[in-house]
Amino acid sequence: MRALTWHGTNDVRVDTHPDPEIINPRDTIIKITSTAICGSDLHLYDGVIPGMKSGDILGHEFMGEVVETGPKSTLKKGQRVVVPFTISCGQCFFCQQQQYSACDNSNPVEKQDASEMLYGHPMSGIFGYSHLTGGYAGGQAEYVRVPFSDVGPIVVPDHLTDDQVLFLSDILPTGWMAADNAEIQPGDTVAVWGAGPVGLFAVQSAVLMGAAQVICIDHHPHRLELAQKFGAKIINFEETHVREALMEMTGGIGPDAVIDAVGMEAHGFTPDNVLDVVKQKIAPGADRGHALRQAILAVRKGGRVSVPGVYGGMLDKWPLGAMMEKGITIKTGQTHVQKYIKDLLRRIEEGEIDTTFLISHHLSLEDAPTGYRNFHDKQNEWTKVVLRPDMAKGA
Amino acid sequence: MSHHNHDDAPKRTQKDDKDGDLAIVGRSVTINRPRQELFAFWRDFTNLSQFMEAIESIQMTGENRSAWTVRAPAGQTVTLETETVDVVEGEQIGWRSVEGSQIETKGKVSFTDAPEGRGTVVSAEIGYVPPAGDLGRLVAKLFAAEPNIQARHELKRFKMLMETGEIATGSYYRDQKDNK
Repeated sequence: MRALTWHGTNDVRVDTHPDPEIINPRDTIIKITSTAICGSDLHLYDGVIPGMKSGDILGHEFMGEVVETGPKSTLKKGQRVVVPFTISCGQCFFCQQQQYSACDNSNPVEKQDASEMLYGHPMSGIFGYSHLTGGYAGGQAEYVRVPFSDVGPIVVPDHLTDDQVLFLSDILPTGWMAADNAEIQPGDTVAVWGAGPVGLFAVQSAVLMGAAQVICIDHHPHRLELAQKFGAKIINFEETHVREALMEMTGGIGPDAVIDAVGMEAHGFTPDNVLDVVKQKIAPGADRGHALRQAILAVRKGGRVSVPGVYGGMLDKWPLGAMMEKGITIKTGQTHVQKYIKDLLRRIEEGEIDTTFLISHHLSLEDAPTGYRNFHDKQNEWTKVVLRPDMAKGA
Repeated sequence: MSHHNHDDAPKRTQKDDKDGDLAIVGRSVTINRPRQELFAFWRDFTNLSQFMEAIESIQMTGENRSAWTVRAPAGQTVTLETETVDVVEGEQIGWRSVEGSQIETKGKVSFTDAPEGRGTVVSAEIGYVPPAGDLGRLVAKLFAAEPNIQARHELKRFKMLMETGEIATGSYYRDQKDNK
């Protein structure tokens, strides 16, 4: 099969690989119809996530048709499914608490050691996202092997297009959980840092959850316009003092809840630092969390801080005093996709949530490297790239 | 040398973890399955090779005796015969090597109810004395890397098998050997 493959920093190519096979009883094989490039794929593209090997197949936002099933899979050939990016067994303590992204059993045993050393506990498995999370081949390919297929994939009705449901795999539930973690009450102001795909879905979710005011902070004019479409007020941090503006826009109180949908890369944690962390097997890395620090200082006393943005290492100059003295609550984590996916599918079907506004480009799988380059370099215009293996190169 | 515990932590987490001449490794894992089910699975030693990667096979040679073939580096194998000891129905299974085995070893696995319906805490402790000579060097190599990590890996595989019915792998085709 053809698959988008990582070869090193800023070096991805479409290569030919063996077709995936059923290995474990609960596996299924999916023929990919649509797969997206995620903002977090850019962390891999930039080489700031450790544990990558040349030849790894990327992609954790994908959907397609079931073409083969293991003896314990509950799926049937021909079904059309969207697959959550986190791999979850459904039977461990964490899955049974609906903390699916904390699954104990989806990251192969030998692969758990690195994250256990870095974080104190191992991460769960994730498709196409380094050997820290299992070294699973991703879905930016013609076919993919999906383990625990009785737990993750959701069957979608034929009358919904791929573009309507594809983002159930990651960014829609991630934005939704970000707003859920903000514990929004009537009358609340919610401030969202980052108008990328997750930030925009967090904006849309916060509005749906009844926030009185949602304020989105970014510097890309087009992305801020998209946030405005969902009723958000906007702050361009290149033109405005963000904290002063947030205080003035909330009558001197500060936002009730803040969402950091930026993560480590806006202000970088440098590749050499991160790789050193793993190489030396010691914990201190160097996340630089400007957005998160600003969010913690901006949130009102007793407010909530929600962090869907991806961080990987250690952060210094952490505003611990503000955190304690103001009595704030911080909630974070990789998304428990399986917890939210059914409800979100219903909301899409009922027309309550629109996902298609985000897609700026459809490309063939063969043109994926162009998609990575432009999604990385032209963030204002390239808001979301969907790859379709059935499209012809250059179409 | 004193082996008294001065706190409530398991002996295997003491900084001085020697038990006479035996090097002790051990770990605990919580498995979301009933205690009796886990005990019964482990009681049949022929099941152990399903999740213990170092074990090529175990055959029962008597009601309480089994022959173990253990993988050693460079394609070699080590054989030993063990007898089952200190069995407490539903709670504990012990074993020790009998005379004539190539490794002197003893071990025990215990099963206790986890709090609040969270399943079963499974704790394993294994002690061994590597043999002398060339074989000793092989066995030392086998355990040298990180015996505690190896013990933890085996228990995690046991947990995966019991909770999910399979052992997770990142490989996407059967012959992909380099991506367990």
